[in-house]
This record gives sequence, C-alpha cells and structure tokens, in this order.
Amino acid sequence: MSMMLRGLMGACAMTALAVPAMAETLTIATVNNGDMIRMQKMTKPFTDANPDIQLEWVTLEENVLRQRVTTDIATKGGQYDIVTVGNYEVPIWAKQGWLTPLEDMGADYDADDILPPIREGLSLDGKLYAAPFYGESAMIMYRKDLMEKAGLTMPERPTWDFVYDAARKMTDKSAEVYGICLRGKAGWGENMAFLTSMAASYGAPWFDMEWKPQFSGEAWKKALTDYVAIMTEAGPPGASSNGFNENLALFQTGKCGMWIDATVAASFVSNPKESTVADKVGYALAPEGEKPQMWLWAWTLAVPSSTDAPDAAKKFVAWATSKAYTEQVAAAEGWANVPPGTRTSLYENAEYQKAAPFAKPTLDSIMSADLKNPTTVEVPYIGTQWVGIPEFQALGTAVGQQFSAALAGQASVDQALQMAQQIAEREMAKAGYPK
Amino acid sequence: MARRVSETRRWTFTILAWLVALAIFFPILWTILTSFKSEADAIASPPKFLFFDWTTENYAEVQSRSPYFRHFMNSVIISVGSTLLGLLIAIPAAWSMAFQPAKRTKDLLMWMLSTKMMPAAGVLIPMYLMFRSFGLLDTRIGITVVLMLINLPIITWMLYTYFREIPGEILEAARMDGASLSKEIIHVLTPMAVPGIASTLLLNVILAWNEAFWTLNLTTSKAAPLTTFIASYSSPEGLFYAKLSAASTMAIAPILILGWFSQKQLVRGLTFGAVK
Repeated sequence: MSMMLRGLMGACAMTALAVPAMAETLTIATVNNGDMIRMQKMTKPFTDANPDIQLEWVTLEENVLRQRVTTDIATKGGQYDIVTVGNYEVPIWAKQGWLTPLEDMGADYDADDILPPIREGLSLDGKLYAAPFYGESAMIMYRKDLMEKAGLTMPERPTWDFVYDAARKMTDKSAEVYGICLRGKAGWGENMAFLTSMAASYGAPWFDMEWKPQFSGEAWKKALTDYVAIMTEAGPPGASSNGFNENLALFQTGKCGMWIDATVAASFVSNPKESTVADKVGYALAPEGEKPQMWLWAWTLAVPSSTDAPDAAKKFVAWATSKAYTEQVAAAEGWANVPPGTRTSLYENAEYQKAAPFAKPTLDSIMSADLKNPTTVEVPYIGTQWVGIPEFQALGTAVGQQFSAALAGQASVDQALQMAQQIAEREMAKAGYPK
Repeated sequence: MARRVSETRRWTFTILAWLVALAIFFPILWTILTSFKSEADAIASPPKFLFFDWTTENYAEVQSRSPYFRHFMNSVIISVGSTLLGLLIAIPAAWSMAFQPAKRTKDLLMWMLSTKMMPAAGVLIPMYLMFRSFGLLDTRIGITVVLMLINLPIITWMLYTYFREIPGEILEAARMDGASLSKEIIHVLTPMAVPGIASTLLLNVILAWNEAFWTLNLTTSKAAPLTTFIASYSSPEGLFYAKLSAASTMAIAPILILGWFSQKQLVRGLTFGAVK
C-alpha cells in the first residue's frame, strides 16, 4: 500500500513538473506603436482562458522587424509563431506559401465585418492570409485657427490647388509657422508613400500595363513640380530630412498649418498630453486631383507556415483582432484608444464616433481607397501608396533618394525624374519584367 | 616670459581638451537628459536643456514593458564569454606570430584583418541557414561563438603588438631552464603581458557589448542582449524619444561605468607601443 501511495505521489509530482513544460510558447514579432504596446499589456484574458499558451513578445523597429522576419520566413527559421506584417507584404508572402491561411477563426470572429478594402488586400484566391490589427488611410490635419486667420474654410475634400493656396496664406516664416508639412525623407515607406499616392491622384502611375516605368510622363512632372514648389515656398526648412515623426513633432509644436499623412496621426495630434495644438486641429479628406489621393495601410497579424504551433497561433490572432478585444480596450482605456480602421461595426458604434472626432474622415478615406485602381489609368499592380511587387522596397527607396535630392535643391525636378526613369528601367529589366 | 607662455599654452590646451571631451560626451549627456523628459519636452523647440519637468516615468515604463535584467545578463554572458573564448585562441596565435614568425606571418596578419572588411549583410543568409541547421538560432552559445569570431582578428592583432614589446630573451631563458611551451606561455609570457591582455579584454568586451547587427539578426528573445532591448523602443510612427533615451541609458550605463573605472588601463593599452 505504502509502495503504491509513493508511486502515486511520484506520478503526481512528475505530472505537476511536466505541465509547465507542455505549455506552448508563442513568439510574437511586432512593431513599437501605441496599439501594439497596449495589446501586450492586455493579454491577461487570453492567457487566463488559455493557460497552456504562453506569450513571448519581440518588439522591433519597423525596418528591423521587416528585415528580421523576412530572413526568418524565407529560410524557414521558425523563430516566430506570429508576425506583424503590412498589407504590402501579405499578398506577396501568401503567393510564396510563407503564410498559413486564416481559416476556422471561430464562430464569433465575423470576418465579414472587416472593412472590405482591407479584407480584399489581405486575401489571395478568396482566402484571408492575415488578420488586420489596425488600418489607416491618409487625411489632412490642419490648424483651424490658422485657416480662419487666412480667411479660408476647409472643404470636406479640398483640391490640390486649394491646399497650395491655403499653405501659402498660412505661412508666416518669421513666426516659424509653415503652411504645409509633407514627408521628404527618402524611403519607400517615407517620401515615396506620400509621393506615390499624390502622383496617382494627378494621374501618374509607376508602370504601364507592359511594366514600363512612367516617370518621363507629364503627370509625374506636374506632381513633382507642384510638390517641390509648395514645399520650397511654404514648407519647413530641411524638409528633405522629415519623415512621419519629424512632421508629427513640428505639427504638435504648432509649426505646421497643414499636414497630410497617415490617419493614425490624428490620435497623436489631438492628445493634449503630447500636442500643444490639440484643441485647434481640424480634419479633412486627402486632396483631390484627377482622382482623390488614396492611401491604404494595415498592420496585420499573420501566422508563418514555418511555425510549429499553427493552431495556438491562430487562436491568438483571432482573439487579438476580434470585436471582443476592441470592447476590452474600450472598457479599460476608453473608446478613443481602440485600434482603428479594421471593422465596420466600430464605425457604427455611437460611443466610438463621439470619442474619436476623426472617425468619419478615417472611415471615408479607407473606404475610398481602391487598391486595384489607384490612378486614372489601368495599372498591372495593386497598391495605393506602394506597388505590390517584391522589388518595390529597393526601387522605391532608390527613386525616393532622387526626389529627396530634388526637394533639397541638389537636383532639378527634370533631373530627378530622368534619374528615376533610368533606375526603374534598369531594375525592372534586371528583375525580368514583364513577367 | 617663457614661463608665462607655457602657462598660457597650458590653459589653452586644458580648455581645448575640455571642449573636445564635452563635444564627444554631449550625445550621451543629451540622451541621459532626454530620458528624464516627457515626450512633449523631448521634442520641444527650442530644445530644453535643464529647465523642464524632470520625470522618471520613462524608466518606470521601460521597466514594466521589458525584461531588462534578462537582456542585461545575456549581454554580460555574451560579451564576456566571447572575449574569454577569443583570448584562449588568440594568446597562442599571437605568441607564435610574435616569437616564432614565419616568412608569411605579416601576410597572415593582414589577411586576418581583411575579414573585418567584409560587409556583414553579405554573409547573413548562409550564417542564418547554418544556425538554423545546427539549432543555434536564439541561443547564447551560438551568438557568443559568432562574436568571438568577429572580434578574433582584433584580439590577435592587439596581443601580437603587446607581445612584440616583450624581449624574446626572457622566454628563451625560461626555455633553457626547462619550461615547456605551455608553461612558457602560462607562467612567463602571460604574467608579463597582463596589462596588454587586460586592455584587450576590456576593449573587446565593449565591442561585443555594442555589437548590433548579429545580435539583432541571430537572437530573438531567449538570448537577446541589450541591443534588442534598445531596438524595441524605436518607432517610425509616434513619439518615442524619451522612452528610447531611457532604454539607451539603461543599456549603456553598465559599460559606461566599466569604462570609467578602467579608463587608465584602456588608455595605457591603446597607446602601448605608440611611443618608443
């Protein structure tokens, strides 16, 4: 009897020791932004409901993350169970077979609630390959007081000409107030995100249907000439070094009349803890030329095919991108802090509309983005502020350097466009286009 | 008159030295100051130097968000481990080159140095695949070996320079007294080269501590050192300067303190053999 008791106790002890060892650890690679950091702090309900799953976070700067995750996924390193990727990568990686399709996400997941332009960008052959955590488009954030002083009223969606006129009138360089702040720092996700979408609204595509670069066209010339001219006349000094964060700092310290950038900026500029102009900010849809300026970005959670815990990973992705998570954030930190731009139901919520004055322009901007038809002519690629081909990261940055040089006055607009055309022709030929 | 000139000269050089030191130290000082500011004060224009609302909230935030101690311990183990492992290989190598030079020793030394000129990104994928195959991804042992290999040419070169200063006759005398090769290296050469070995050790600990390319690419979480900890506080969307400064201050503080206490040793080691 005593032997049996000892044996039983031993078995119990072994089981107790083995239980933590059996717990699955999910390694999640993510970016450092407010919504993602908030999620890391709010995982208790998930870990309580799934005691056999432990979470390990790896937070990295966007470009480092992109390089790190690409290396790991392409070599099937299996270091990550869940990765944070943008909607630019999702279709390319899905085509390569690097991502697991997100099927069986649970009965109450309601994938049909995801905003159609976002869902479409994350799907391949009708299957969803990544779940959107937050989505964004572009809008104009402007100083209502300066607009009033200039004797102008911002329309719901202004034209580019209105924006240029307002920028000139709002500028007071002696008081260090600049009418317009736009991205100038070279990079495919920096100045080229803005310029690709701006040029598209002028009717300028990156490529024609034969994949021939189009920088020698009139539309690109007009777009880049207007951009350089207005930034020289009404932009801040050293604008060729300004990216999202630099412009955010300028706007928050009262130095910009208007700033056209990602809708996610609205929550920063309207936060009185960070912004000196929080109570003076107005919002309008991104400008219109031949077509409205379109922009669509989503940070998504995807499950690499190299993971050894696909079911647990999918379970976490379903939780983090669910309606229930949104409600959990709202209860803990208020509706203004929920991740925006992914679900239709959020924009139908009266409490959210009340808490986030930028909700309507954000939704309208996202809904007006058409990934397949970003400009006035037919194009062979998808993408509004990027081009959905693997070569775009390197190509976009190389072209961005030319345009940044034009803004800095180191090259003329014509020279920059000529160089951009040469670079694009060379790189596309090297990559074997048309494919 | 001559005395006055030398006095003026002395003051000029002292002031100049202080200015140069301040210019070199300023980025670190600015990082430390920014770590005590709010995010709004961190981007204030004109910049606020000392008169702002001092706060420690960034340190609290960083502490609550990241396992600092785990990253710190990984940094200590990786940097000290890779340096000691490197010394173990480099001391005999430098001995043979300094005291038993062959016809091609100089070429060999130059070739060793040339490996440092190779862009790291060029070998990332093969290294990553090897690490994956051997199960070394995100392990301390894997990254320790890589950092040892990266710093091995510098360790060997530094030790070679120090060993060259030691008269070969002393080693010969030891040999004549019947000392074996290992005894000659351990009991005769090493004690005489302690200052050189110590400064090599310190410099390489600093180099390994600061290495960011391989540590960011080959570690994920379990073996991730402080470089990964800093990288997690940078963001292209949103203000992060104050929190990033707090993380950077916490990451550089240990090595800064080590450098401060060992500066005499470091300077002596780095200028060893410069004046003959």
